[in-house]
Amino acid sequence: MLQSTIIVIGNGMVGYKFCEKLVSKTSNFNLIVFGEEPRHAYDRVHLSEYFNGKTADDLYMSSHSWYEQNNITLHLGDPVNEIDRENKTVHSLKGLTLNYDYLVLATGSAPFVPDIPGIEKDGVFVYRTIEDLELIKAYASKSRSGTVIGGGLLGLEAAKALIDLGIQETHVVEFAPRLMPRQIDDAGSNMLQSKLKQLNVNIHLNKSTSVIEGEGAVSSLKFNDNTELFTDMLIISAGIRPRDELAKLSGLETGIRGGITVNECMQTSDPAIYAIGECALYNGMIYGLVAPGYDMAEVAVSKILNTGKTFNGFDMSTKLKLIGVDVASFGDAFITEPDCRTVVFEDSHKGVYKRINISSDGKQLLGGILIGDASAYNMLLQTVNNKIVLPPDPEDMILGTRGAGESNAGAGVMSLPDEALICSCEAVTKGDIYSAVCNDGVTDIAGMKKCTKAGTGCGGCVPLVKDLIAGTMKANGQYVKNVICEHFDYSRQELFDLVKMDKVKNYDLVLDHFGKGDGCEVCKPVVAGILSSLWNDVIVKQDTIQDSNDRFLANIQKGGTYSVVPRIPGGEITPDKLIVIGQVAKKYGLYTKITGGQRIDLFGAHVGDLPLIWEELIVAGFESGHAYGKALRTVKSCVGSTWCRFGLHDSVSFAIEVEDRYKGIRSPHKLKGGVSGCIRECAEAQAKDFGIIATEKGWNVYVCGNGGSKPQHAQLIAADVDKETCIKYLDRFLMFYIKTADPLTRTATWLNKMEGGIAYLKNVVVNDSLGIGALLEDEMQGLVNTYHCEWKEVVENPQLRKRFNHFINVDEKDPSVKFETMRGQVKANW
Amino acid sequence: METTIALQWILACYADDVPENGGACIKHGDEQIAIYNFKRRGEWYATQNLCPHKQQMALSRGMIGSSGETCEPKVACPFHKKTFSLLTGACLTGDECNIKTYPVKVDEGRVYIGIM
Repeated sequence: MLQSTIIVIGNGMVGYKFCEKLVSKTSNFNLIVFGEEPRHAYDRVHLSEYFNGKTADDLYMSSHSWYEQNNITLHLGDPVNEIDRENKTVHSLKGLTLNYDYLVLATGSAPFVPDIPGIEKDGVFVYRTIEDLELIKAYASKSRSGTVIGGGLLGLEAAKALIDLGIQETHVVEFAPRLMPRQIDDAGSNMLQSKLKQLNVNIHLNKSTSVIEGEGAVSSLKFNDNTELFTDMLIISAGIRPRDELAKLSGLETGIRGGITVNECMQTSDPAIYAIGECALYNGMIYGLVAPGYDMAEVAVSKILNTGKTFNGFDMSTKLKLIGVDVASFGDAFITEPDCRTVVFEDSHKGVYKRINISSDGKQLLGGILIGDASAYNMLLQTVNNKIVLPPDPEDMILGTRGAGESNAGAGVMSLPDEALICSCEAVTKGDIYSAVCNDGVTDIAGMKKCTKAGTGCGGCVPLVKDLIAGTMKANGQYVKNVICEHFDYSRQELFDLVKMDKVKNYDLVLDHFGKGDGCEVCKPVVAGILSSLWNDVIVKQDTIQDSNDRFLANIQKGGTYSVVPRIPGGEITPDKLIVIGQVAKKYGLYTKITGGQRIDLFGAHVGDLPLIWEELIVAGFESGHAYGKALRTVKSCVGSTWCRFGLHDSVSFAIEVEDRYKGIRSPHKLKGGVSGCIRECAEAQAKDFGIIATEKGWNVYVCGNGGSKPQHAQLIAADVDKETCIKYLDRFLMFYIKTADPLTRTATWLNKMEGGIAYLKNVVVNDSLGIGALLEDEMQGLVNTYHCEWKEVVENPQLRKRFNHFINVDEKDPSVKFETMRGQVKANW
Repeated sequence: METTIALQWILACYADDVPENGGACIKHGDEQIAIYNFKRRGEWYATQNLCPHKQQMALSRGMIGSSGETCEPKVACPFHKKTFSLLTGACLTGDECNIKTYPVKVDEGRVYIGIM
């Protein structure tokens, strides 16, 4: 069968989305894409994150091989410069001439650059592509001040980029009397302006630039009111213009102020040619957001496949974080009295402004504006779009319920109708999400993204989607049980108790007694951890149920080598031991680095060298540091009263005592501790799972802190206690955590999920409200008494040692391991 | 015309070199092959040792188990927990990367792998 050919001109977000939607429905077309930029489609919406550590790779919409995998021919860096409509062919810059049956213009838009004298000077940029960003980045390195012309959404994004690039003095110049004139009102603009001022962004409103001054490069801007602003660089962000030049050249109908005219099926005046995204003009309007562009892509695919979806305009409500400030505008944001009733809330201290417009009969929400706190946005937008009848006190929607009543946020989402559009980028409704949970077994946001694509566009709906997943599961009675995996119908806590009661000591028996099937990579390490927390046997005796790190008692790294971390309790180490670490590292060619936990990590060890390395370390008095295990890592300490003139007590000695007490104990996740000698807190004990801080009268005990991706301070459970009491509380706390937490749950998350929170935990640990204090202490003492260094066991046991080889049939190291050199040390060549 | 490709059985290792319910790696020429002793099911499997996801020589160090109604035997790469069917080599975690599998037979404590 001869395939029809679709040619897509433009490989931006919308052009990409067209391809994605088409290939997900059919492979009956020969699909060819032309892109002007040298890169394949990337996420322009999150462009400013390029300055925030994200790389071009992070921004790509797909891998490069995706096009090949889906039989799409991609011509990059090759714009189409002519369309021959009569013969249905296109000609590209590089000289390709190709036939099409359907042609899709997804040419997007270009920044509008006003004709100001001096605009051609060096140091003047636009803000659209990764290449633009690279030019800005290079120039910013020698600039002190930077200015953006344009106080709209993109202009403020550009100002954020300047701040991220370390520009000390940032200005935004806007022609209109307010910022973001299309989205927010004067009062909202004032609030936004004062928030931005706190962040060192200077706003100049009512300013029309008459000339850009400077010799060769920009040095200042002159305005119509004869004022002047000195600046080292300038970004123009004065709006966008649809890229319709190719359409015009081909005689397609375009609008007076630009844009390719399309009908409700996205067809241009030539029915074989479609236009989608920012280049398309529908009903006299250009849609400069990504969600309507995606919708247009879907409509064009639908028309080509004859499935009957049409484009009927698009809700331009929007929520963003601009330079760290929430800004949202939804529905009819500007309607004023007497056509409606307006409720306004303003808190200039916190920088919050909220406005809602309500129909005159008080029954419908028409629209509104949120500055500084847009947490209510999703719910308010749903209320507008689904015409939900308002409660008698509609102001509660922006003020929250006041008085004694319990807040009932969850009920709100669940009361939405099934057709409520939740993810507008991917057109996913509440009904779709409900069905994904009930019929496809989706239980989390990652699964939902895979199943429905909800939340994969701008990401703004993610909190709402999460609430809907949780709400639906709860309604189905699903949420009650938190099972480990398909092989065990129990939570970790339940299985822990069962294994303990029946005194089961190996994985296969646990599976026979309480599970089904053959196990998997989820339940094996969970059971291994439980067995270890209960019986504290040498873990490598059941090596194949351990996660790889626990199986080889080292941390697997890029390239397949391992890292070795000897225990250095409290961070205290003798010069002799330091020398041994250096000698061992040199002998086995290891990279060395000081860790965040006050010890030394040695990277790049071949699996076969691990027992040899440890043999030498053990002779020198080292023990395993359990850096590979869900176990105590380190107890960090400051130098304390032994040396520090501020130190109240000897924090190092206490840290060593605590680290030695809990070392080797397996837990649901890793554990970290800290001991500080005074309130200056140099050991950062309040960022640890347990922290101890010296006071004039004794020690303060903190629990459930965390660093990592969601930092959380530890909370005080006991003040001014002596060492013995401190240890007693920690024994109870840790054992309670080990027995009850879900797998891979740090203490902070465990506490956050605990009903009753810190007050409850404190009651259990300090007041012994459950009457299990003595039991927990006994169980902990049992673990302390059975401590062994796992590496010592391996080094001394030839059977166990044999397991540490890459190959079992030849005596060779893995030849695929390669290193290169960096700053005088090895680095994985990967 | 029918073409048959001769399967050549090579002696890979001794059965007790491979840990129970786990894997180990052998070298055959320049190839690295992972062998799995699925003791719980009384089955043996062999696959390429390279995980195609991030090109790491690691599958023999992964945990094995089963998945779904049919109890499909599988191995999980220790790096990012991509799982692969030990029967077909298909990636079970939704990615488009499959691995090569080899027939295995065990005779008198010796493990043989069939190489094309």
